[in-house]
Amino acid sequence: MKVTIDGIAIDVEPGTTILNAARQIGGDIVPPAMCYYSKLKDSGGKCRTCLVKVSKGSEKDPRPMPKLVASCRTTVMDGMEVQNITSPEVIEARKGIVEILLLNHPLDCPICDQAGECDLQNLGFEHGAAKTRYEFDRRTFEKIDIGDKIQLHMTRCILCYRCVFTADQITDHRIHGILNRGDHSEISTYIQAAVDNDFSGNVIDVCPVGALTDKTFRFKNRVWFTKPVDAHRDCDHPGCNGKVTLWYKGEEVLRVTARKDQYGEVEEFICNTCRFDKKKTSDWVIDGPRHISNKSVINANHYDFVPLPVVKTNPVLIEANKEQFERDTRL
Amino acid sequence: MARKLLLTNINVPGINTFDVYRANGGYASVEKALKTMSPDEIVEEVKKSGLRGRGGAGFPTGMKWSFLAKPEGVARYLVCNADESEPGTFKDRYLMTYIPHLLIEGMIVASFALGAKTSYIYVRGEMMPQIRILEKAIAEAKNKGFLGKNILGTGYDLELYVQPGGGAYICGEETALLESLEGKRGNPRIKPPFPAIAGLYGCPTVVNNVESIAAVVPIINEGGEEYAKIGIGRSTGTKLISAGGNVKNPGVYEIDLGLPVEEFLYSDEYCGGIANGKRLKAVVAGGSSVPILPANLFLKTINNEPRLMSYESLADGGFVSGTMLGSGGFIAYDEDQCIVRNTWNFTRFYHHESCGQCSPCREGTGWMEKVLHRLEHGHGKLSDMDLLVDVSKKIEGNTICPLGDAAAWPVASAIRHFRDEFEWHVTNGAEAVTRNFGLAHYADPLPKKEETVA
Repeated sequence: MKVTIDGIAIDVEPGTTILNAARQIGGDIVPPAMCYYSKLKDSGGKCRTCLVKVSKGSEKDPRPMPKLVASCRTTVMDGMEVQNITSPEVIEARKGIVEILLLNHPLDCPICDQAGECDLQNLGFEHGAAKTRYEFDRRTFEKIDIGDKIQLHMTRCILCYRCVFTADQITDHRIHGILNRGDHSEISTYIQAAVDNDFSGNVIDVCPVGALTDKTFRFKNRVWFTKPVDAHRDCDHPGCNGKVTLWYKGEEVLRVTARKDQYGEVEEFICNTCRFDKKKTSDWVIDGPRHISNKSVINANHYDFVPLPVVKTNPVLIEANKEQFERDTRL
Repeated sequence: MARKLLLTNINVPGINTFDVYRANGGYASVEKALKTMSPDEIVEEVKKSGLRGRGGAGFPTGMKWSFLAKPEGVARYLVCNADESEPGTFKDRYLMTYIPHLLIEGMIVASFALGAKTSYIYVRGEMMPQIRILEKAIAEAKNKGFLGKNILGTGYDLELYVQPGGGAYICGEETALLESLEGKRGNPRIKPPFPAIAGLYGCPTVVNNVESIAAVVPIINEGGEEYAKIGIGRSTGTKLISAGGNVKNPGVYEIDLGLPVEEFLYSDEYCGGIANGKRLKAVVAGGSSVPILPANLFLKTINNEPRLMSYESLADGGFVSGTMLGSGGFIAYDEDQCIVRNTWNFTRFYHHESCGQCSPCREGTGWMEKVLHRLEHGHGKLSDMDLLVDVSKKIEGNTICPLGDAAAWPVASAIRHFRDEFEWHVTNGAEAVTRNFGLAHYADPLPKKEETVA
């Protein structure tokens, strides 16, 4: 099926969503996604950041769709024409969504362990406005304890439902879910049960914000001071193949996560033993450094070359400046 | 006096019992449909009648039925949406309380037309008396052979169940209703797939409003073409309107669509005018989610033509100067009502009822409520009006289900038509908490339309 996104045509399989078609093209035209997770069935459609405009429905029925549609849940039709960053309407709507998502977000990035690898930070940086117009107290929640491995910060949650789907589809039973309704709905376990399961740690990886973080890594370090290194081990847990990323500070492994691709999605889910208990280099076989996009702040503290003194003729810095300039002036 | 179709026998004593209802010509449509008509003929008849969904959106019921997927070996369901929770609308409750057999009769005919063997009536949780009434009525009908196995010896089986909801407004949205009916959290589903393809338990499902289903009974009894003669244009048949607010005679009225609004509001047969000799300030024509209109724009369209109670005429002028028929929750405001307070109240409702699934509605409704609260209590700013319009635009159309739109429209329209009242709340903040803005010029005749030279 042929679909055109922002003027770029691509042939995709029937049943592909607009978002995945855009990901096959890649680049700037990929809509951001906060709740969609390609490894989780039925996820998506909730955060509305991936809204796009369908300016031509299909070859058969060329009428445009009346509203903006969630690209993660809309499948392509043959001859469909989609506008993402070429439509001012979409840019405007997305800006509104980002403002709305940040409305009740505490913005405690300086003390948040997710800072540096947070989807909401990236989203706000790329698509948001500089200031909020919200002048009221931000919503807070009673803190609840969900066990000794996972830390829940409900105030940071954007209710993407990813962790709910993860518990349903990856673990063998789900203890946490959404309680209450509207803007006081929260991720919680009923009567503070502990989330304890062989795969429960994956909710940390899928969480786009700092609502679910690793207690064993809590306040240990900023992610951009740590070095990601790919490693594997023979995990005896069926369902886990032990392929992980180790985050080093010096000689020490500070945390273990699954390997994440450029959209922040894990390649394979890992078990809790690998994630929480194996924190020695001797437990692992090192595969080499993890490639991190040079747009990520984790790369700011580049570990594979010695930082150069800032001189005007430095091509690396000129290149970095250019990238920064492009990023700032693109929208 | 227009002829009533649904509420013909509403004043017969004991009409809520099977025997009295049957003696007054009840269940004739079941006999006619099951014995002499095929399911397709019934759908055709409903199509011919031009009946449009009475729950709010006004989608043609016959079309909806014909879209139902009919794969082999898969059950089909009919679900009656009796989760009537729109502020201002109470017609379904009235119908279910006083004439429950009409709904059951309609359910049997509609289920037969759609080939459903099991049908549900999803009733809002707060309506416990109505649930008991319906269950009693179902038991009576079953006892007389109109429900259960082999109805009237035609070989058609139908089980009818009443399911109480939890009292959430969002469960009136059809996919949230299905989720709730399945026993899950009442979150609207992301469409497509539509319920006609994969609805209840993944099977093709039709969800209809109580009044739409009840209207099938006169359509079958008298024929679709007869029914289509009532009304005007594409708004055919009769409609129950729940009149409330500051009218002299509030209550449920059955009107022919196309009745002038002036007659509906001021004639003694219907609302009887504004209570206590006051003047009309504004009207919400179809339940809290439709745009509010000032009196002058409500009685006359922008072209100075009289406005009629019909889907088209009320929507005349689009969102700029029109409104919608919605679910028929007619609320009139007299000169002593505060539009800012009313808008705040509506927004508070939507804030409370938002399911929290998608972000614009979850956060945006709360934001609008806080800003309106500030305005109503005299602490607002002049920039708040633009902010509210902007936030409502960010919500409208960007949500999974229509609740976002429903929350945005009343705010946007109130600011559009009553901006001076909002501004007065800012400029005269201290005064605004002690007295109301009053009628101002909202009831003045519309200015003459300027002739444009061709």
